[in-house]
Order: sequence, then C-alpha cells, then structure tokens
Amino acid sequence: MKNLTYAEALREAMAEEMEKDSSVFIMGEDVGVFGGCFGVTGDLVQRFGEDRVRDTPITETAIVGGAVGAAMTGSRPIAELMFASFMGVAMDEVFNQAAKMCYMTGGQAKVPMVLRTPVGGGIGAAAQHSVCNESWVVGIPGLKVVLPSTPADAKGLLKSAIRDDNPVIFFEHKVLYETKGEVPEEDYTIPLGKADIKREGDDATIIATGMFVRKALEAADQLAKEGIELEVIDPRSLVPLDKETILASVDKTGRAIIATEETKRGSFASEVAAVISEEGLYSLEAPILRVCSEDTPVPFSTVLEQAYLPSTEDIITAVKSSL
Amino acid sequence: MKENKEELLEMLEKMLEIREFESSVQQYFAEGQIPGFVHLYLGEEAIAVGACSALKEDDYITSTHRGHGHLLAKGGDVKKMMAEIFGKVTGYNRGKGGSMHIADVSLGILGANGIVGAGLPIAAGSGISSQINGTDAVTVCFFGDGASNRGTFHETLNMASVWNLPIVFVCENNMYGISMPQYQSDGRKGQNIKDVADRAVGYGISGITIDGNDVLAVNEAVNEAVKKARSNGGPSLIECKTYRWRGHFEGDPTNYRDDEELEEWKKKDPIKKFSSFLLDEEIITEKEFKQIKDKIKEKVEEATKFAQESAEPSPDDVTNNVYFEEVE
Ligand SMILES: Cc1ncc(C[n+]2csc(CCOP(=O)(O)OP(=O)(O)O)c2C)c(N)n1
Ligand SMILES: [Mg+2]
Repeated sequence: MKNLTYAEALREAMAEEMEKDSSVFIMGEDVGVFGGCFGVTGDLVQRFGEDRVRDTPITETAIVGGAVGAAMTGSRPIAELMFASFMGVAMDEVFNQAAKMCYMTGGQAKVPMVLRTPVGGGIGAAAQHSVCNESWVVGIPGLKVVLPSTPADAKGLLKSAIRDDNPVIFFEHKVLYETKGEVPEEDYTIPLGKADIKREGDDATIIATGMFVRKALEAADQLAKEGIELEVIDPRSLVPLDKETILASVDKTGRAIIATEETKRGSFASEVAAVISEEGLYSLEAPILRVCSEDTPVPFSTVLEQAYLPSTEDIITAVKSSL
Repeated sequence: MKENKEELLEMLEKMLEIREFESSVQQYFAEGQIPGFVHLYLGEEAIAVGACSALKEDDYITSTHRGHGHLLAKGGDVKKMMAEIFGKVTGYNRGKGGSMHIADVSLGILGANGIVGAGLPIAAGSGISSQINGTDAVTVCFFGDGASNRGTFHETLNMASVWNLPIVFVCENNMYGISMPQYQSDGRKGQNIKDVADRAVGYGISGITIDGNDVLAVNEAVNEAVKKARSNGGPSLIECKTYRWRGHFEGDPTNYRDDEELEEWKKKDPIKKFSSFLLDEEIITEKEFKQIKDKIKEKVEEATKFAQESAEPSPDDVTNNVYFEEVE
C-alpha cells in the first residue's frame, strides 16, 4: 500500500491508462502547465506532451462536444470541466449528444469518454462554483455516474471509467482532493456498479456519497460511543446503482438514512429513497430520511454556507430520530 | 476627451479608489479575513474608469469574475462592496454573493458573474429592454479575452448586430485567461488572432483595438461608441490591451508567465500614466494629487473598518431570497 491524496490517486489512474492505451487523452482548461485548477493533472503534460494533455480555450461546449466526437471515432477522451457548475454551459453535449448517441444510432456508435469535474461546497466558492449536480445526470439514460470518496476508490473507479465504452460523468469532491488514504501498489480497478460498505453495523444504514461518506463515518464513530452501530454504505457509482447491497443492509438494520450534499428536492438521495420504498419497504421499521443541503443556491458567507450544508450533527440527529 | 478639470479629477479619483480597494482586498485576503477566492483588477483600472465615465446613472453594465473595478467605476458603494467581499450582512448581497456576485441593480450594475462569458447575453437583454421600453439607456458589457472564446460572445455579438442593440462590448485583453495566452506566435494560445477586435467584422459591427492602460483613450473610444448606440447606431466592440498585475486569483503561482513581462507592464502603470499627464499639463499640482490619494486611502480604510465591524448574516437567512419578494 502507498499513501496518496485523492488528487494524486486520480492522476495515477490517468497516467497508467495513458501509458497503456495511446488513444486516451486529456482536454480541459488549464490542465497543462498550470496542472489543473485543483492540481489534478499536475505534471501529466510534461510526461505525455501537449497533444495528449490539451489546454483548451474557455469553451466548455467544445470540450464536451469534442470529447463526444473523439470518442465516436476511436479515441478515449478524458474531458475536464474546472467546476461542475460549468456543466450548464455544455449541457446539450452531455444530455443530447453523449448520453443518447449509442441508443439513437441503434447501437452503432460508442462514446467511451469520461467527463471529470469537481462538485461541492465548503470553500466559500459561492453560488456558481459549488453545486452538487448529481441529479442533473443520474436521470439521463445512457450516462454512468461516479462519485468516489477515498483515494483508492478514486483511482480504481477512474480506471474503470476510462476503460468503459460509455460516457461516464466522473464527479470529484473538491474538499477531498487533499485528503490522503491507502492505495494498493498493484494495478487494480473497481467496477462501476459496486457499492462499498465503509463500516458495518446493525442499528441503522446510512447511504452516503462523496464528502458525506466522511461525515457519516464521523457520525458512526460518535454514535458507537453511545452503543449505536451504523452501517455506512458508499454507492460509489450512482449509475449503475448497487441496489442489492443497499437493500440487504436495510433489510438487516430496518432503518435507512441517505446523506448527500445535494439540495434535497429531486436529488439522487430521493432516487435512493424511491428504490428502498419500492423494493425494501417491508424491511423498514422507520421512515426513510434524507439529510441533504437546503433547497437554495450555495451562499457565500461562511456562516451561511455552514447553515446550508448538513453537518455530522445533522446526521446524528436523523439517526436518533429513526431509532 | 474630457476637457474639464473636474471630470478629469473624477477619473483619477476613481482609478485611485480601485487601486486602493484592490490593494486592501489583497492584504485582507492574505490575512485570511476574506473567505473564498478573489480576482483582482490591479493594473487594469483605466478600462473600467474610462468606460464608465462615458455613462449616465441609468445606463447598464455587465461585469465579470474580476468585477470590483467595474462596480466601483459605475458608482458602487465602497462600504457595501467591501462588506460583501467580507461576507457580512451589510454587504450589497447580504453576504450571499461574495466577490464574484456583487450587484447594485439600482445603479444599473447587473452583477459581477462567476461564469465566464455569461455577462454577454445578459447585456443583450438589457439592450433589448432599452428598445422595448423606448429609453436611451446603453449597456457596457465588460468581458475578458478568454471569454471571447465562448459561444456566448459569438451568439451575442451576432444578435446585437442584427437587432441593432445599444451595447458597447468592452473586451479587456489582459493577455491571459488563467494560464492560457490570448495569442502567441508559437505554442499554446486561446486564439489565432492578435486582436480580439478582428472578430467584429464577422458580425458586421465596428471593432477597434486601443491602449487599455490609457484612460483618456478608453474614455474617448467608449464615449463615441455610447453616442452611436444612443442614437440608434447599434453595437460596437472595443478591445482594450492591458495586463493583470496579480495572479489570476490570489494564490495563483503564475508559473505560466515571466516576471520580466510583468515588470514591463508595470512600467505602463495606467495611474502613473494619467497622473503624469495631469501633472505635466499642470491640470493638478503635486499637492492636490497627494490630497486626493490621502482622501481615497481614508475612504477605503473606513470601508474596511465598516466591513470588519459589521455583523455576520444570521444562519436563518440561508433560506431567504430564493424567490423575489417586494420589500416596502
Ligand atoms: C464558463 C466558465 N469556464 C471557466 C471558468 C473558470 N475561469 C474563471 S476566470 C477564467 C479565465 C477568464 O479569462 P478572461 O476572460 O481573459 O478574464 P481574466 O481573468 O483574464 O480577466 C476561467 C477559465 C468560469 N468561471 N466559467
Ligand atoms: Mg484575460
């Protein structure tokens, strides 16, 4: 094992895949000499050259649309959007082009592209740089959607995403970039569609994503002192969703709390709640609860942003109310 | 050109105000008193001031992520701006917006903007309002060289041209969009033309390139374009060549440009250029110049103190303002 940051793990995944497969390339704003807005691409331009690590003009529409076209014609692009909030600029390319190409062409065209982009608040970046927009894409047939919470997951999932023959929206949480964790030395991948049980417990199930996996684990530590054992499940890939692992856990604990950073209305958390109520209702001994952000844009001031984001305490309160 | 002394002094004051304001933001950001991130306008003051001095109070501007200068030049209140940047409840946006989203709709300031290139279509909209409502209001739309690579630039110039909208597009070409050079003969570049103004011809509007560090040149060009727009002559594109003195944001290591390039541009300091002119022409005396500088320093210090001493928003405010409510 080696100790890497989330950002380093992502960079290793890209470097290894680029070494192995010459059709893999990166494009995005300031991914070259600048090393990426959050330093994820780092020195890759020195290692692979400007043809394969392409600095683009400010042109999200052409970055994502270009990735679709390159993917249809034998390349494996990794497109980077500096902030997930900028996906709005390229939404047609995500929604009407990348997602539908395979289906519309009756299965002729494949679009093996990855769109990497950071979500999340917590750094005072305000309303247009902090969104968690999982819900924009989880409902679009044809896309796969990933959001890792640890360096090891980030690396293994990104490698699978690059190898996947379909468009993968690969969300990263910007507060996680500098967090460290153990990453295997050897070559490995983590399949899309496989949840990870981050902590086992019998009293309640927390399904959490991204930054909220950490908060759920903190909540679990605190509750353990009171004798309450939480099971923390990280779906890791939101689409495809590992329903089996989630439903089995809910069947064991009888309680389901979903904790994500998204605004609550129409969220991925709502989708998980719907799955549990459709397929696991009779396992439940208490209502399903969602712990999500306020239904507002992300505010700037630190006080307001903290009020906007759910805290570890909010997760604990939700768990206690369901017991 | 502005002929009367009072107007010239106003321009000098505004430029000094922006310089002082941005230097304070730089300092307090470094000290950790300002959350988030800030993009400073140091070195580009002549553009905002030259352009906004050509406007009336009921004219509009759209701004960018690097907006402090535009807002101050259009008459933004120094205290409310500083308080917003500090995230305080007394700020223009009650702490909800921060540096990248400051607005004063009553002054026609339609907002700084966190999305590069987003101000352009909004400027088209205020231009349409002037036509629909039969006012003579003109919109000055500020944006960067990098923004002129976005579709919104092309779509808006086209729409403005075909509908003859009263807009002055002011491109601040500071030679970089973060690390990407606007143009260089070899190597990475955002565009393959030296002058962004060349793009105007593709939309059938006039485009000129001027020295963006010369406030009088900017003022003259924008004045003319505003006059044209007011009298139904349609939109214009004015490209102002300039340079940002600081990194893209505070904390940017600027590993993509040379210190020598920065030093060269610092010699072309727009404030020095203008104040030397005023002194050489004996329009102001050294003593007056110093008095103005002292006055501005005091004004910005007061604003900073106001910001620091103002209250934080209440956590309960988080859910307010999602939808518009008329306030009495
Ligand atoms: C649509 C969009 N893409 C990317 C960004 C990230 N970003 C912020 S400022 C900037 C550079 C802008 O360059 P330019 O328009 O030349 O303005 P300058 O910063 O030089 O004043 C970039 C890429 C953004 N905010 N919005
Ligand atoms: Mg620029």
